[in-house]
Amino acid sequence: MEFFQEIRNKPWLESQVEIDNAREGGSYALPAVKVGLRVFLGVVVVVFSLSVVAYSDRMTIADWRPVPEPLIMWLNLLILIASSVAMQWAVINARRDRTPGVEVGMLVGGAFALAFLAGQLLVVRQLDALGYFAPTNPALAFLYMLTALHAVHILGGLVAWGRTVLRIWGGKEAHEVRMSVELCAFYWHFLLAIWLVLFLWFVIT
Amino acid sequence: MVDVTPEKIEHVGPAEVPEVDLYHAHSWWTKYVFCQDAKVIAIQYGCTAVAIGLVGLVLSWIMRLQLGFPEFFSFISPELYLQFVTMHGMIMVIYLLTALFLGSFGNYLIPLMVGARDMVFPYVNMLSFWVYLIAVLVLCASFFVPGGPTGAGWTLYPPQAILSGTPGSGAGIVLMLVSLALFIVGFTMGGLNYVVTILQARTRGMTLMRMPLTIWGIFTATVLALLAFPALFVSAIMMTLDSVLGTSFFMPAIVEFGEQLAYGGGSPVLFQHLFWFFGHPEVYIVALPAFGIVSDLLSIHARRHIFGYRMMVWAIVGIGALSFVVWAHHMYVSGMNPYFGFFFATTTLIIAVPTALKVYNWTLTLWRGDIHLTIPMLFAIAFIITFVNGGITGLFLGNVVVDVPLSDTMFVVAHFHMVMGVAPILVVFGAIYHWFPLMSGRMLNNAMGQFHFWVTFVGAYLIYFPMHYLGFIGVPRRYWEIGETSFIPDSADSLNAFITVAALIVGFAQVVFIYNIIVSVFRGEKAERNPWKATSLEWQTETVPPGHGNFGEEAPVVYRWAYSFSVPGTVDDYVPQNVHPDYVKKIAAAEGD
Repeated sequence: MEFFQEIRNKPWLESQVEIDNAREGGSYALPAVKVGLRVFLGVVVVVFSLSVVAYSDRMTIADWRPVPEPLIMWLNLLILIASSVAMQWAVINARRDRTPGVEVGMLVGGAFALAFLAGQLLVVRQLDALGYFAPTNPALAFLYMLTALHAVHILGGLVAWGRTVLRIWGGKEAHEVRMSVELCAFYWHFLLAIWLVLFLWFVIT
Repeated sequence: MVDVTPEKIEHVGPAEVPEVDLYHAHSWWTKYVFCQDAKVIAIQYGCTAVAIGLVGLVLSWIMRLQLGFPEFFSFISPELYLQFVTMHGMIMVIYLLTALFLGSFGNYLIPLMVGARDMVFPYVNMLSFWVYLIAVLVLCASFFVPGGPTGAGWTLYPPQAILSGTPGSGAGIVLMLVSLALFIVGFTMGGLNYVVTILQARTRGMTLMRMPLTIWGIFTATVLALLAFPALFVSAIMMTLDSVLGTSFFMPAIVEFGEQLAYGGGSPVLFQHLFWFFGHPEVYIVALPAFGIVSDLLSIHARRHIFGYRMMVWAIVGIGALSFVVWAHHMYVSGMNPYFGFFFATTTLIIAVPTALKVYNWTLTLWRGDIHLTIPMLFAIAFIITFVNGGITGLFLGNVVVDVPLSDTMFVVAHFHMVMGVAPILVVFGAIYHWFPLMSGRMLNNAMGQFHFWVTFVGAYLIYFPMHYLGFIGVPRRYWEIGETSFIPDSADSLNAFITVAALIVGFAQVVFIYNIIVSVFRGEKAERNPWKATSLEWQTETVPPGHGNFGEEAPVVYRWAYSFSVPGTVDDYVPQNVHPDYVKKIAAAEGD
C-alpha cells in the first residue's frame, strides 16, 4: 500500500521536497533479489491461472472425458510436501548458522524434488499403459501440459538449488548462503502451492 | 563577488542504497558482445529491433506494391501476400516496437534516469537480449522452411492457422509460436530487471513521484507486459501442441478438403480470448512508454514543467489497469452476448478518459511555453496530433454497431496504423533525436532530420487518411486483389496506387534517417554534455556517453522532480535534479549582487 500512498504526493511542493530529500532509495524493505523473485512468481501465477481458466472453459464442451488420477499422483504430492519441508528445515538451520543442517536440508529437499519429477513421469507412463493416451482427449492434454509446465519450473528451481549446493560444498558457511537458501525454499513452497491447486483441480474435475 | 564554485556539501548522510558490485568486462567479447552493461544491451536490442523492423518495412512495401499495382508484380502470389501481411504485423508489433521501447529505451534510460549504476540483475539482463535475438532468428528461419512463414494473419487465429489450406501451416506456424514463446521468456528476464531496478535501485532522493514520466511509462508498460504476455505464452504452447501433437485445445471438429480431421471439441474462441487478453494490453505496452517519453520531450523542449504531473502518473497507471478489461472489443464480430458487448464497449469508452486527460495535459504543457521547434519537439507534437486522430477512430470502432460493418475493411488498418504504428514510431524517432547525443556524444544532422520529419509526418497522413475512406466504401483488408467488385468504384484503385507511392516515399525517408545515424556516429557535430538543457539524471553524468557504472565515484543525490524548468528566482531556465538547493540559492544571490 506504500506504493499507492506515495503516488499521492505532490513533488513540486516545498513541504514535500523536504520530506523527499530525506528519503532513501528502494520502495520495499527487501533485498532486490527477493523483490525480483516475487515479481517472477507473480508472472508464474498468471501463467497457471490462465491455464486453469482455459481448462475450465474447455471443460464445458461435450467431448470432455475425465481422466482418473493414478494413486501415484497422491504419493507424488506427499513427496513434494516432504521436499518443501526439507527446504524449510534448511532455512531454519541457515538462520541459526548451522552449515551441516543447511546441507542436509538442501540435499534432501533436492532429492525429493527429483523424486517428484520421476514420479510425474511414472504417472504419464501409467496413464499411457491404461490406454488413456489420445491427443484428442482434452482432459489428458491439459493434465500433461500443466504437469510439464510445473515440472519445467521445478527444473528451473533445481538449477538455483544446484548452484547453492555447490557453494556449500565449496566451503561457504550457512550465513553466506542464507539468502540463496531462503529464496530456494520460498520458490519450493510456491511451487508446492501451485501444485496443490492444480492437483485439487484435477481431482474435483 | 560571490564564489559560486560548486562545493562538496555534506547535506545528507551516506546513500542508503548500497553501491552495487559492478561486473567489469575483461575482454572484447564481454565488453561488446556478451556484455552485462545495460547501455550496451540497449544498443544491441535497438540494432536487432531496427534490423528486423527493416524486414517488416520491406514486407509492407511489397504488400503495397501488390495493392497499388495488382497487375505488375507476378511474383507476389496470394499466399505470399498473406504471409507478408502476417509477418509484417507480428514483426512490427512485437519484435520492433515492444523490443525498442522496453528492451532498448528501457535498458538505456532506466538505470541512468533513476540514478542507478546498472540494472539489478545484469547477467539475467544480458540473457534477455540473447534469448530475444534467438527469437528473432527463429522467426526469420520461418522464411526458409518448406511452405514458408505462416500466413494466418498476425492474430494467428485457429483453426485457420494450422489447416493445410493456409500458407505456412506446417513448419511456419510452429516456428512463429516457438519464436513468440522465446520472445516472452527473454522479455520476462528483462522485465524483471526493469521493474526491480525502478522499485529498488533508485538513488537517494529519487522517490517514485520524482521519476521522469518516461520511467513511469516504461515501468507501467513492463508490469502490463509481465501480466499480459503469459496469455500469449499459454496460447502459443497450446496451439503448438494442437499443431504438432494433434491435441484439440483450440481445434474444433472440422472437415478439410472433404476429409474429417482427427480434431474435435476445441474452442477457437478460447484462443481469441487468450490472444486479445494479451493483444489489447500490448497496445498500451507500446503506447505507455511513448506517452512517458513524449511528456518529457514536450516539457524539455518547451522549457516548462509538465502540466499535471500527478494526474499524468495516475493516468498512466489507470490506463494500464483498464487495458485488461477491454480485450473483447477486438472480438465483436466473433459473436458474443449483447451484454458482454455492452460491457466491453463501455470500458473501451472509459479508457478514453485518462487518455484524453493526457492529451489535454500535453497541450497545456505547451501553453505559454518557450517552445523550441527542435526535431524531437516536432516529432512530439506530431505524435499528439496523430494519436488524437488515431484515437478518435478508435472510439468509432469501440462501438459494436459501428465496428461490425467496418471490422473487415481498410478502416481498421488505417486506425491501428495511426494509433499503434505511426504515433509510437514518431515518439521513437523523437526519442532517438533527443537521446542520440547522450548515446554517441554527437548530434544528428539537423537538415536530414528536418527532411526525415516532414516526409514521415506528411507522408503518413497521405497514406492513412485516404485509407480510412477506402474502408468506409467497403474495401476489404487482407485481400490480395479487389478485382471486379460492384460496390467499389474504380477510383479506389487510383487511391490505392497513390497510397503505395506515398508509402514508398516515406520508406525512403527512413533510409535517410538511418544514413543520418551512421554518418553522425562518426562525423556528427560533437555534442555538449547537456545539449537540450534537461534536468533529469541521464544528462548529469561525468562523461557523455556515460561510462561503465553511469556516474562518477559517488552516486547522484536527487533534490527535486524532473520538471524544474523556468523556476522563478533561478538564473538558468532549468535546475537539474541533482543540484543542491543551497547551490541554486547561491547562484541566484550572486546574480542578484
